[in-house]
Amino acid sequence: MFNKESETLQHSKLKEMQYERMKWSLRHAYENVPFYKKSFDDTGFHPDQFRSLDDMQRVPFLMKQDMRANYPFGLFAVPMEKVVRLHSSSGTTGNATVVGYTKNDLDVWGEVIARTIACAGGGPKDIIQVAYGYGLFTGGLGVHYGVEKIGATVVPVSGGNTERQLMLIKDFGTTMLACTPSYAINMTDYVEKNKPDFDFRKTKLRSGIFGAEPWTEQMRREIESRMGIDAYDIYGLSEVIGPGVSCECSEKSGLHVFEDHFYVEVIDPETGEILPEGEMGEIVYTSLTKEACPVIRYRSRDITRLYHDGCKCGRSFIKMEKVTGRSDDMLIIRGVNVFPSQIEAVLMENENTEPHYQIIIDRTGALDDIEIMVEVNERIFSDEIKVLNQLSNRIRQRIQSVLGISAKITLVEPRTIARSEGKAVRVIDKRKLK
Amino acid sequence: MNVTQLSLFLENKPGRLQSALKVLSEKNINIRTLTIAEVTDFGIVRMIVTRSDEAARALKENHFTCSVTEVLAIEIDDVPGALSRALETFNKHHLNIEYMYAFTEKIDDKAVMIFRFDDIETAKKALIDEGYHIVKKTEIIGE
Repeated sequence: MFNKESETLQHSKLKEMQYERMKWSLRHAYENVPFYKKSFDDTGFHPDQFRSLDDMQRVPFLMKQDMRANYPFGLFAVPMEKVVRLHSSSGTTGNATVVGYTKNDLDVWGEVIARTIACAGGGPKDIIQVAYGYGLFTGGLGVHYGVEKIGATVVPVSGGNTERQLMLIKDFGTTMLACTPSYAINMTDYVEKNKPDFDFRKTKLRSGIFGAEPWTEQMRREIESRMGIDAYDIYGLSEVIGPGVSCECSEKSGLHVFEDHFYVEVIDPETGEILPEGEMGEIVYTSLTKEACPVIRYRSRDITRLYHDGCKCGRSFIKMEKVTGRSDDMLIIRGVNVFPSQIEAVLMENENTEPHYQIIIDRTGALDDIEIMVEVNERIFSDEIKVLNQLSNRIRQRIQSVLGISAKITLVEPRTIARSEGKAVRVIDKRKLK
Repeated sequence: MNVTQLSLFLENKPGRLQSALKVLSEKNINIRTLTIAEVTDFGIVRMIVTRSDEAARALKENHFTCSVTEVLAIEIDDVPGALSRALETFNKHHLNIEYMYAFTEKIDDKAVMIFRFDDIETAKKALIDEGYHIVKKTEIIGE
């Protein structure tokens, strides 16, 4: 553990600390950012009224569009001479969001990344190859300074150029890889296709910290078996700090949130109500120590649940489940919250391959009907009807047990499902048309 | 040599069978026999064609899902009770038929039945031992 004192804090001590830090953070935002002052005032909330963490329900949310509307520096709470670094999201879906960091913020960021590396079993002896992109994206530089903080050796190769990545893994004796999970799979594909003599098992690589995009347990198994390493999920978002918000430990069952710096709640995305621990909903972040860009109740749109499980690793911080979807994608079917990613996971576990699928929701009378169309590719096709029937039964039963709803499974020919710009349209909700 | 059957996945919709067969027609591939097994939403077309590899490739290029399967073509006397007797033989050897259909023409004045077994080699051996004539691929596709 990088910071045993903080990471094993007693629950009551942690709550006390969070309350004190929250008071500071609310006031800091209110007094220094006109946006927060207006938004608090509009809902009749004043930081002086904050008496306990239970009062969080009264604090207004910060939405993604608020961040865009305040482009570029509207949400900064310190003068620019205190800001030492800027990062920005790509802004492919509207205005980019810009975040700033003071010297202290960078220290905190380095600290949480150092904890992340330790969480994944890393330490000063490691040689860590950072294949996240360097630049405005928080991934590369974020992880970089955490590696230095923990005293490991950083290989700042940035993303891309797979041939060179492999050469460095071999020549520098890289022990830990940091990149997106899809790039890790990409590397193994590249090796399979172009470098049959390259064997990851003969290198010193033994673990990887993968994040910046949602990934499944199937992808973990694929990376672990093809690279012969332990693959850990790390999570973060630039609005909150970048990577280093939470990460998996040796148990690989949920990600510990660094709660002394980030306060987390799970809410019902429809009503905004805080949900009890353990329930699935949208995770909301409040920074407790950030100076340049405090975020107060930031609605991440990421869907997960929070829970304590007395983790064997010894960390007392709450855990969040691997993020399984976005609240924008959430469907309510017969009163049950369903995420397309959950259905995708079922399809992948069944066939170990990702078939093209489409979810069609319709309403007959008062009842919602869900139909899942699955394209029959060569891998799942059989000349026997019974095999195809078994396949659709298996998918139906798994969906029933995972989601608690019964779906109609329809097998369709390849290319039946409409693609837009090369991507399949995953959901058609016919209820909206009625 | 076993007979190669082409199996094709089709949705149960107007025009689907025709568009698949058009692909074969353009390649000048002849269908020697064809049968369809269907459930509510889809069907599997099973056919024996000339140049099955080329047919499969053409169908795949046109985004159809298909596969090739080995099946047994067996000569059976065209008299009452002959098929029943053949099935008795299968029973005796605990051979389960996944599916079967008839070939459209007689060969040497005998009916030809196509059988799909899970374990084609065991089935073939049992039938040869029992004196059945296994029709060769070349005899079926006429080349």
